[in-house]
Amino acid sequence: MLLLIPLLPFLGFLVNASFGRRLSKAAAGAVACAAIIGSFLVSAAAVWRLAALEPEARAIVQRVFTWISSGDFTVAFTLRVDPLSAVMILVVTGIGSLIHIYSTAYMHEESDSEFARYFSYLNLFAAFMLVLVLGSNFLVMFVGWEGVGLCSYLLIGFWYQKKSASDAGKKAFIVNRIGDFGFVLGVLLVFVRFGTVDFQDIARTTAALAPETAFGTLSLITLLLFVGATGKSAQIPLFVWLPDAMEGPTPVSALIHAATMVTAGVYMIGRNAALFSHAPLTLTVVAVIGTATALMAGTIGLVQNDIKRVLAYSTVSQLGYMFLAMGVGAYASGIFHLYTHAFFKALLFLGSGAVIHALAGEQDLRRMGGLKDQLPVTYWTFLIGALAIAGVPLLSGFFSKDEILFHTFAGGHTILWIIGLLTSLLTAIYMFRLVFLAFHGERAASAHQAPGTLAPGTHAPGTVAPGTLAPPVHDHVHDAPPAMAWPLIVLAIGSVVAGYVGLPHVLGGSDWFARFLEPSFNGAVIAEASEAAELEGTLMIVSTAVAIGGIGIAVYFFLKHRDAANAVAARFAGLYRLLLQKYYVDEIYDATIVQPIRIVSQEGLWKIVDVRAIDGTVNLVGRVVEGSSQELRRTQTGSVRAYAASLFLGVVLILGYYLWR
Amino acid sequence: MPTLGDYLLLSAILFAIGTAGVFVRRNLITILLSIEIMLNAVNLTFVAFGRALGSADGQIIVFFVMTVAAAEAAVGLAIVIALFRHKESLNPDSFTMLKW
Repeated sequence: MLLLIPLLPFLGFLVNASFGRRLSKAAAGAVACAAIIGSFLVSAAAVWRLAALEPEARAIVQRVFTWISSGDFTVAFTLRVDPLSAVMILVVTGIGSLIHIYSTAYMHEESDSEFARYFSYLNLFAAFMLVLVLGSNFLVMFVGWEGVGLCSYLLIGFWYQKKSASDAGKKAFIVNRIGDFGFVLGVLLVFVRFGTVDFQDIARTTAALAPETAFGTLSLITLLLFVGATGKSAQIPLFVWLPDAMEGPTPVSALIHAATMVTAGVYMIGRNAALFSHAPLTLTVVAVIGTATALMAGTIGLVQNDIKRVLAYSTVSQLGYMFLAMGVGAYASGIFHLYTHAFFKALLFLGSGAVIHALAGEQDLRRMGGLKDQLPVTYWTFLIGALAIAGVPLLSGFFSKDEILFHTFAGGHTILWIIGLLTSLLTAIYMFRLVFLAFHGERAASAHQAPGTLAPGTHAPGTVAPGTLAPPVHDHVHDAPPAMAWPLIVLAIGSVVAGYVGLPHVLGGSDWFARFLEPSFNGAVIAEASEAAELEGTLMIVSTAVAIGGIGIAVYFFLKHRDAANAVAARFAGLYRLLLQKYYVDEIYDATIVQPIRIVSQEGLWKIVDVRAIDGTVNLVGRVVEGSSQELRRTQTGSVRAYAASLFLGVVLILGYYLWR
Repeated sequence: MPTLGDYLLLSAILFAIGTAGVFVRRNLITILLSIEIMLNAVNLTFVAFGRALGSADGQIIVFFVMTVAAAEAAVGLAIVIALFRHKESLNPDSFTMLKW
């Protein structure tokens, strides 16, 4: 039964990839949606069966076939559902289904064959992600791990005729490859150390070990695996691909950011919680990187002008939170945030897609505004998403984010907690900046900034030269069609209620989510702090105040006094430009890594090693053969007697050797 | 009664004469004759060993050699005639077209 979960989307992919160009849009969309919804239903049934089992025995395993059998090393293609992967398959297929449905409307202007191509990729993406979360050992996981990398490349570069889109696809793929390299090394080292790649066996073996106090094999393994996670989940230093991934169609961004792909790294750490918790050194690295990423991305998100880019940086930032949770040993909280984040981030992306759709491709926040009345469904659902991500009490984001901050504080990581809180403030500010710029105020003719002449489609970074503004050409602003509106509404409801499965003790809940996940983290050292309910209550009030404060700041700067925001930007012009240019990370990478590699490859490897050494050797061999042949052919005189003489001489020499040796 | 050594010595002398003939003579037909002498020198060795060892094998092989020699002489002479028609010469040094 488990096999059906990834197989159904895969079949959908096969159908759309093989016959897609002959199918109508309605048929192609129906096949894809049916495949993913079917997968969702099977997942739900599997989770239902799982929930009926005893908490300790909660795992359904299906061994599909023996994949590799070499000597005493065997790897089976085994799928396994336990509470952790149960959460993941529900998120992937559930959110994935909504995104599929939404896409049928969003992508409707594509031609038939492009439409089918899009849906075949979308299905393939879901299939690989499901393999990733269902795999019961590293190798099966790796199949999915590479598969989602491939699909992200295909989907980000979906509009491949656009240079920036195909570049962004390549960037995503290459950056991911760097991470994957670390991951592969980590897996190899796991095999060397444990002699197996099965998650359960590894967890059992590690559980018996004492946590490493100094840097040892476990630390190295987990660090390498974490390198892989930074690639997939867009953490420092490999986060640069995610904002560029905005070149893909908006529902793809939603899929990548919410349901699939970026959650892979977090999931992988959760899956190997036992391993990671026995390497405290790595955990510290994870927590610090996560926090740094959260802060960095949050500050960048504050000033970006492309609606999707703001959301992209908010994803990076929220992923930082998840890694912070993993790093402080609060694995369940990290997965909890992953799960709530899937709802509101999918909602926000699909909402921004609805805005872009309504404005005929406009993505620049400075050209939006006043959409509140024209797009009521989009506005209200988007607002709910923004409230949820900002951490306003009683919405899903509040519970999960609060739990992470609580565990961070309770674990004694005060500095990380302060930065986390600061990021939470930034989150509230940039999200509500987005809401106010896009939906409130006056459209385009807004006074706070005089947008320069922006060519459509260019996300003009940098300063805006005052100039004439082409009159907005959004003639027919229309709200989302039903296929887009319903997913938004469902996700909005999810964003409100999803958090209640993890209601903490202090609010009268039982933290059911964490207890449900517990069997998956067997063998891990879990941050235990449930008795500090009073502390949790206090921290909750603090973070609520921070969230409200952030919204208040956004109200002041971006709703009431937009000129004040400009004044601040002008006052700290250097800082503003630094943030707008994303800390020049791309430029730094280009200067320190890309260009040196290019120069070494071109001037050294190509012009010296390849041309001189490799080609030179080959040519030398040719020349030696040719030259010696030139000389040797002189013995071919054509004189029969000379041949006979040499024959005779040879015989005499050989006989002489045997006679007188 | 000549001993085996005598036969072998005679055979060696004959073989040397044949070999020298192949190298020094400038006439293809003489060269062919010299080759026949070498073959017969070998035949003599076979027969001598056959007798000394009391076995018929040596004599049987000689029959094979003589048969092959007859065939070889026929083919060789045919080639010589063809060559002569081509170049009006029997000197092997004038047939050096098959060189670099």
